[in-house]
Amino acid sequence: MNIHEYQGKQILRDYGVAVPNGIVAFSPEEAVKAAKELDTNVYVVKAQIHAGGRGKAGGVKIAKTVDEVREYAKELLGKVLVTHQTGPEGKEVKRLYIEEGSDILKEYYISLVVDRATDRVVLMGSEEGGMDIEEVAEETPEKIFKEVIDPVVGLTGFQARRMAFNMNIPSKLVNKAAKLFLGIYEAFIAKDASILEINPLVVTGDDQVVALDAKFNFDSNALYRHADIVELRDFDEEDPKEIEASKYDLSYVSLDGNIGCMVNGAGLAMSTMDTINFYGGKPANFLDVGGGATAEKVTEAFKIILSDENVKGIFVNIFGGIMKCDIIAEGVIQATKQLGLEVPLVVRLEGTNVDAGKKLLNESGLNITAADSMADGAQKIVELVG
Amino acid sequence: MGIYVDKDTKVLVQGITGSTALFHTKQMLEYGTKIVAGVTPGKGGTEVEGVPVFNTVEDAVKETGATVSVIYVPAPFAADAILEAVDAELDLAICITEHIPVLDMVKVVRYMEGKKTRLIGPNCPGVITADECKIGIMPGYIHKKGHVGVVSRSGTLTYEAVHQLTEAGVGQTTAVGIGGDPVNGTNFIDVLKEFNEDPETLAVVMIGEIGGTAEEEAAEWVKANMTKPVTGFIGGQTAPPGKRMGHAGAIISGGKGTAAEKIKAMEAAGIKVAETPSVIGETMISVLKEKGLYEKCKTH
Repeated sequence: MNIHEYQGKQILRDYGVAVPNGIVAFSPEEAVKAAKELDTNVYVVKAQIHAGGRGKAGGVKIAKTVDEVREYAKELLGKVLVTHQTGPEGKEVKRLYIEEGSDILKEYYISLVVDRATDRVVLMGSEEGGMDIEEVAEETPEKIFKEVIDPVVGLTGFQARRMAFNMNIPSKLVNKAAKLFLGIYEAFIAKDASILEINPLVVTGDDQVVALDAKFNFDSNALYRHADIVELRDFDEEDPKEIEASKYDLSYVSLDGNIGCMVNGAGLAMSTMDTINFYGGKPANFLDVGGGATAEKVTEAFKIILSDENVKGIFVNIFGGIMKCDIIAEGVIQATKQLGLEVPLVVRLEGTNVDAGKKLLNESGLNITAADSMADGAQKIVELVG
Repeated sequence: MGIYVDKDTKVLVQGITGSTALFHTKQMLEYGTKIVAGVTPGKGGTEVEGVPVFNTVEDAVKETGATVSVIYVPAPFAADAILEAVDAELDLAICITEHIPVLDMVKVVRYMEGKKTRLIGPNCPGVITADECKIGIMPGYIHKKGHVGVVSRSGTLTYEAVHQLTEAGVGQTTAVGIGGDPVNGTNFIDVLKEFNEDPETLAVVMIGEIGGTAEEEAAEWVKANMTKPVTGFIGGQTAPPGKRMGHAGAIISGGKGTAAEKIKAMEAAGIKVAETPSVIGETMISVLKEKGLYEKCKTH
């Protein structure tokens, strides 16, 4: 789960990390009010969307007066920002963050990630801040430093200092930087984050080390123990069908094709999409109904697919292991009873309780095309959709 | 034969009284797996499906001599269940549970350093040695005894591969699902090493998916060490970049971990990669024929 920059900065503040003062605003009037409350003569008006690259896309403005804040707020609110992380459709700006300007001497990069190669949390830093870190990694990998963190002792003081020295933070500020690194690690662990990226981290003219950005991603598997994080979720940032799916613990991703897919298991779901593509079709979604799904959950999953206007046909591809084929069959029958079925439906069932599942579908009277295999099913649905 | 588990393996089930565990305990028993104990704290002294239930893994091991545990404990408590299995010095802990918080797994993997137990999973279908021992949630009927090893990050794709092999008359030694989570116990190379040393296994199918670099590393290892033919498949070839596809692991970012990169690395290591998931079986058979192993592997 992602949150906005201003929310991330509040979390960092709670853990003693230096961030500039700022106030969130939902309208130009609120932006003006926020600016008046801040004790500064330079304001930064920042579009709040769940994507990086806002600066390059014109989503961050520097204002010298409160009137300029109002003008920029009017310009940005409602604007669709297209960055390298939003996709071509972009994201509409609905919130702004009005922040005190900082006297930046130099920009750095710092982040924490769960690294699958070492099975540890890794602190990653570079003196090449403010730019696309993936470019830095590609072109000058020697400028990226890593500290692998032992979960028993956490990030240690010497590791934090070593990182600061490696990043060429001015000597007199190394302790301040190290303190900041320890603070972000504490926040990361306490909130079960999976990514925390601060780009840029800056050194200011008045000798401070400050986090000018905060991009948090939280482990969705750990949200059950973080009610405070769940509250920060912004539904405007998500696809409505994905929101609906998440209510039922379904893993759903909207795509731009016309063949609805319902599959169990992420690997098989991705492979089903691959196979549909191979036969010249375009999947409308990725949907993994998971392992422990009930007939009700399957019903909801099927309803989400049926509610997508772009869907011209549906392919159900199930290889039951922990998922039982009869549960899938029940869910499909329930959903079609409630919503009707006007598009072709191809079903491939195999695995646990396959006979019971096939029997239910055969006796349901639904117009279902049975498939013997994934390839057979993909070919059939592509033909039927035409 | 096969790897990790066989007909004599004594298995205990952690969380045995939960509904999923009960269903699959029954299925495992029907398959012939020697389930000697269950563990559910507070239910010690009872019995399910004729299997005695204990309060702790330690008790269960002491009383029954179990050496392998399969874990169906719900996600908030699953990491602790793994630690308990490690503390009891089991040979193998197989964790089926999905949705374990990743920082819990970071601690688990650290705790396991220098310990005896091997962890398979979490978020995996389990391990099956055909006709001998089924541990996990995979449908038993699709497996057939033979000479091909299977290792996969995806549960349902493992079934798909096994099913295709069996339908084509090519049996398997052991199928191992290592799970799709970013931090887990056993990786491709661990399993490939075992298959390389197992005299019954003559060839291996390796199934990966987008995200991470485990397949690339495995390909390097195969190139340098593997004496048996390996074929493969990568799921998610048409997944749009940046979108999260279910498995915590299956995320492509910044051009790393793409299907194209993985396939390139595997082919460079001499691993023939199936173009679609529907020809995983065919691809293996064509390689077996090429290497003159087909007759040995055909199990009619």
